[in-house]
Amino acid sequence: MNQEELDNRLAEISDKLIDTQRISDRRVFLLCESENSFAVNKFLFQDLALRFIIATGIDSDSCFEVLYHYSNDETGCIVTVKAFIRDRENPSIESITPILPAAEWIEREMRDILGIDFINHPNLRRLILSDDWPEGVYPLRKEVKK
Amino acid sequence: MKKSVRKPILAVGPFHPLQEEMEFFQLTIDGEIVTDIDVRISYNHRGIEKLSETLQFDQVPFLVSRVCGICSASHPLAYVQAVEEIVGVTPPDRALYVRVIINELERIHSHLLWVGLAGHFIGYDTVFMWAWKYREPVLDLLEKITGNRNNYGNVKVGGCREDIPNEIIPTLLKELDFLGKKMDMLTKAVLDDPILHARLKGVGVLSKEDAIAYAVTGPTARGSGIAIDVRRDEPYAAYGDLDWNVISQPEGDVFAKAVVRLLEISEAIKMAKEAIKKLPDGPVAVDVKEIPPGEGCGHAEAPRGETFHYVRSDGGNRPVRHKIRAPSYVNVPSFRASCIGQHIADVTITLAAVDPCYSCTERMAVMDSRSNVILDYESLLRLSREKTAKIKKEIGAPELKLEDL
Repeated sequence: MNQEELDNRLAEISDKLIDTQRISDRRVFLLCESENSFAVNKFLFQDLALRFIIATGIDSDSCFEVLYHYSNDETGCIVTVKAFIRDRENPSIESITPILPAAEWIEREMRDILGIDFINHPNLRRLILSDDWPEGVYPLRKEVKK
Repeated sequence: MKKSVRKPILAVGPFHPLQEEMEFFQLTIDGEIVTDIDVRISYNHRGIEKLSETLQFDQVPFLVSRVCGICSASHPLAYVQAVEEIVGVTPPDRALYVRVIINELERIHSHLLWVGLAGHFIGYDTVFMWAWKYREPVLDLLEKITGNRNNYGNVKVGGCREDIPNEIIPTLLKELDFLGKKMDMLTKAVLDDPILHARLKGVGVLSKEDAIAYAVTGPTARGSGIAIDVRRDEPYAAYGDLDWNVISQPEGDVFAKAVVRLLEISEAIKMAKEAIKKLPDGPVAVDVKEIPPGEGCGHAEAPRGETFHYVRSDGGNRPVRHKIRAPSYVNVPSFRASCIGQHIADVTITLAAVDPCYSCTERMAVMDSRSNVILDYESLLRLSREKTAKIKKEIGAPELKLEDL
């Protein structure tokens, strides 16, 4: 899939996105609300067959962001889905692990360090934090001192 | 009423003094066959992503070069590429070549380390002795270039901290020529060995479909027929100017991964030599004063696969978020696909095949509730070696002892 085909295919899901930021030929950001993130991820992995790289969880003051990074290895283009979770009290988003086993660890990690609940995750046990780490303390949240 | 069945569990890990990260594999076994695997990581979680937010942009490369003792060139490289993307700066040509040379030398020594360990764990210590013997001069070359055998600390945003002095270039080329000859010999000896064929072919197969589902990278993907390589797919540093091939094998077994790594060593030697010969004149860094707000992704092909860094800046002098994904993070979970259905005697080498920092196999114990059999690490290693010895006998290979060498 060359860059033009990729751009055309990405336009198919524009109704699920808030915005598409095309920073360069090799960096595309797809912004969406958390409700649409599963559908967008499914489209990228199953329909476009992009390779999942990793996800990044960010506490960005007013909301949480979950960034799913994909690579189109034919052109080296990194497509990032940026999903916004507006509810700071009970942050949750649908898990993509059922369709994408590679996401199992990173979703468990984001749950550990940011306290985001991944709905439908098959195995949301602790991954990073030790067993005696207190419940409800999420080290990568802004309120936790550096 | 549901009858509870106590299944034998084989505990692999978590601690071993040789490895830089601890991993704990819990294998459920039925007789000799592995039926399930559970992986527990993070015994050595150091909170580097959080630490990175407390450091200034130019301090972070020193931190991330300590993410892994072996990949201490590729992590900082991926990071500075992410920051350079935010700034929009391109380092001078000479810096790009210096980066290639250091990263390829890193790949050579890392792959040699793997070849040696893999040989050791199947009871083939001749391979271990050879591979580690030739790894040593590579570390010496890295010391000549950067001053350190590991933790080179040589890249920075905008270029490199230290140049390669032109005086040592003849020495580098001479050493690499010598290494190339020795590697040809080692590669041929290993790949022509009927015992290794019998021992490693068809073992720990990771199918192409599984490799895609688990999104594995590096030699683990290339050994399963997925020819991806960041150096070719999104050429960084000076890789786009060099003449080289992506090595891939369709089989997906341990042997295929060994072939990929061995041939990659030769490619890496070729690339390093070409880069040294083409090394352009000029400065190795440009000044970068301020990092504007923005976000950047940087990735580099580490010896084990793609290293990915995401950096977000708010215009201050520290990153507000720095995500690091090392290749083993996606390669290790693929054990679910490659280990289940294997014999216990093949597990050590299957786990080794993705080249995680895998020496955690030191503390293995089989606990069988029915027979009270306890197999420790030594006996498992013995099992693995006995299988090799049996194959040797069947093939009629001469018995070669270390003392004879």
